[in-house]
Amino acid sequence: MKTVADRRTKIETGTGAELWLHMYRQMTAIRLFEEQVNELYTRALMPGLAHLYVGEEAVAVGVCEALTPEDYITSTHRGHGHCLAKGAAPDRMFAELLGKEAGYCKGKGGSMHIADPTTGNLGANAIVAGSTGIATGAAFSAKQLGTKQVAVCFFGEGALGQGVLYEVMNLAQLWKLPVIYVCENNFYNEYTHYLETTAGDIQARAAAFGMPAESVDGQDVRAVHAIATRLVERARRGEGPAFLVCNTYRMRGHHVGDINREYYRSKKEEQEWGDRDPIKRLGDWLIKEKHAGAETLHDMESEIRREMEAAVKFAVAAAYPGPEEVDQDVYA
Amino acid sequence: MPEIATKETTREITFAEAVREALAEEMRRDSRVVILGEDVAEAGTPFKVLSGLVEEFGTQRVIDTPISEAGFTGLAVGAAMTGLRPVVDIMFGDFITLTMDQMVNQAAKVHYMSGGKWKVPMVMRTTLGAARRSAAQHSQSLHAWFSHVPGLKVVLPSTPYDAKGLLKTAIRDENPVIFFEDKMMFKMKGPVPLEEYTIPLGVADVKRVGTDITFVATSSMVQVALAAAVMLEEIGISAEVIDPRTTWPLDEKTLVESAKKTSRAIVIDEGYGRYGVTAELAAVIAEGAFFNLDAPVKRLGAMHVPIPFSPPLEDATVPNEQMVFDAARKLCGRS
Ligand SMILES: Cc1ncc(C[n+]2csc(CCOP(=O)(O)OP(=O)(O)O)c2C)c(N)n1
Repeated sequence: MKTVADRRTKIETGTGAELWLHMYRQMTAIRLFEEQVNELYTRALMPGLAHLYVGEEAVAVGVCEALTPEDYITSTHRGHGHCLAKGAAPDRMFAELLGKEAGYCKGKGGSMHIADPTTGNLGANAIVAGSTGIATGAAFSAKQLGTKQVAVCFFGEGALGQGVLYEVMNLAQLWKLPVIYVCENNFYNEYTHYLETTAGDIQARAAAFGMPAESVDGQDVRAVHAIATRLVERARRGEGPAFLVCNTYRMRGHHVGDINREYYRSKKEEQEWGDRDPIKRLGDWLIKEKHAGAETLHDMESEIRREMEAAVKFAVAAAYPGPEEVDQDVYA
Repeated sequence: MPEIATKETTREITFAEAVREALAEEMRRDSRVVILGEDVAEAGTPFKVLSGLVEEFGTQRVIDTPISEAGFTGLAVGAAMTGLRPVVDIMFGDFITLTMDQMVNQAAKVHYMSGGKWKVPMVMRTTLGAARRSAAQHSQSLHAWFSHVPGLKVVLPSTPYDAKGLLKTAIRDENPVIFFEDKMMFKMKGPVPLEEYTIPLGVADVKRVGTDITFVATSSMVQVALAAAVMLEEIGISAEVIDPRTTWPLDEKTLVESAKKTSRAIVIDEGYGRYGVTAELAAVIAEGAFFNLDAPVKRLGAMHVPIPFSPPLEDATVPNEQMVFDAARKLCGRS
């Protein structure tokens, strides 16, 4: 297992380019995955709702690259990016999104509920703030059992409205639990700007518990990764939880069907954030620092695109679960 | 059955429009009525049920809240006690779980515990129903939870006409009322009078007259029962369809009388059967019509599983007209 510390050493000794190229690959994979989701949805091949992560890739990748495969995450309704960044395979993800037997949850969960113990994914959650207890509980286990695992709780700034978040943050700080609360502030709770729903300062909420709170440019994967690494290692050493606000932007609608957005945000704003695309930003930096040529990045993208197309093909061709599956896994 | 009026006095509108009209009329009539919920103002809710209300009534009365169901429901309880008539919007019925303490320990108790001194005239509007491929946390029909608790009234409209008339009554009620709307029904059209009307809570509606078997169906299941009744007609079985419209107060008399007349009954409700609405309604019929029944009362509801995402699995969990047809045929000894 390649540890975070190994990677850090590489960066420091000048071979870090490998890590940044890996992150470029991961972010591009999420972007191209979501493009396929958009396509599947608009072609009416995907049932239900799809909440795309386009524009926010640097958060999931920057944070998850600071974790070991054994570390835990919990995710949200906008969870494809978190699941992929933690190591999920696109073909089984697509299969889940289409409700197929080969999906991570045998098709029973769908887009908003991908869970996978083999990658430490405790599950995406369709209740806003619904997974905050679960993430904190995983950290509690890790501490009680002495496993040195860390749990990351991803949530949107909309979850700041839910009381349970503050209850578990208080517990985590009291009991010094290895959990990182990662608040993805993409500015909108569905169709309402967060300033209309959120009083005061976001970080100050954590600070009030005496919990270290940081804020970072969520479009800069290198910055996200640096802070996440520091907070995760601190938690792993037993020094307790932390709160990280990643300022980012969802470039698409709340869900795929949310197309006419001008009543709640301007085209100009979308354009400005589009100019701060996290993938382009890392790509430009890689080229400038001569870690990669434009052609390498382009080839990488083409290769990932082919992988995604193959993964979609697999999922489309896959079978639905048989009718006998419907009452399996219910234990009561 | 609603008096079907002439063309000049009625028109066809959707279920969503009927809900919106009821709210708009009550807000015009009574300045104490305010709407609170997530994305209710400019967005008009994700289902667009409230579109246009903020334009007429402004953001002082159509109020976007944070994603704080427990908080704004509790606030509504207090506001209702002190001079307002809040209508809170809980986007998906699954999220009522977050409001349970406010509704069950606060709203439902205040009037009784205060010896009748305080009143809580509030409405909670929310949804029920599966079949939208929304998976286990966005598909439940949890109306039985509230129906269980003394102090709460529970309304389950099944047509645009009923939705409008019942919601207006709910808003005027002096007590907390929870109003469940089937997500799949928002676009369904039906006749609604131009003239103002209200429908009392606790009065069942005979949606179809029949002689051989009684279907007691709620909300999303009323259309299913009606469709099954048409299928049964073809094999010579005449089904009566009764919609209680409110699980509490409950019009026991209409249910029992119908079952006495037909001597057979099936209760159909999209909630879970165990300890659920079908259990209560079947018990009412079994007790009230025991000596007239030719067969045990049968129940149909959601399968006892969390609602799966996968379309073929999800479809298997909700009663459909074929299932009702088959159950009825069997109950009538015609298998
Ligand atoms: C408890 C609860 N209330 C309401 C919703 C409906 N809902 C789904 S996503 C969402 C907005 C979430 O905003 P945020 O947490 O900022 O996440 P984002 O969508 O921006 O990623 C809402 C209100 C829900 N899923 N759960």
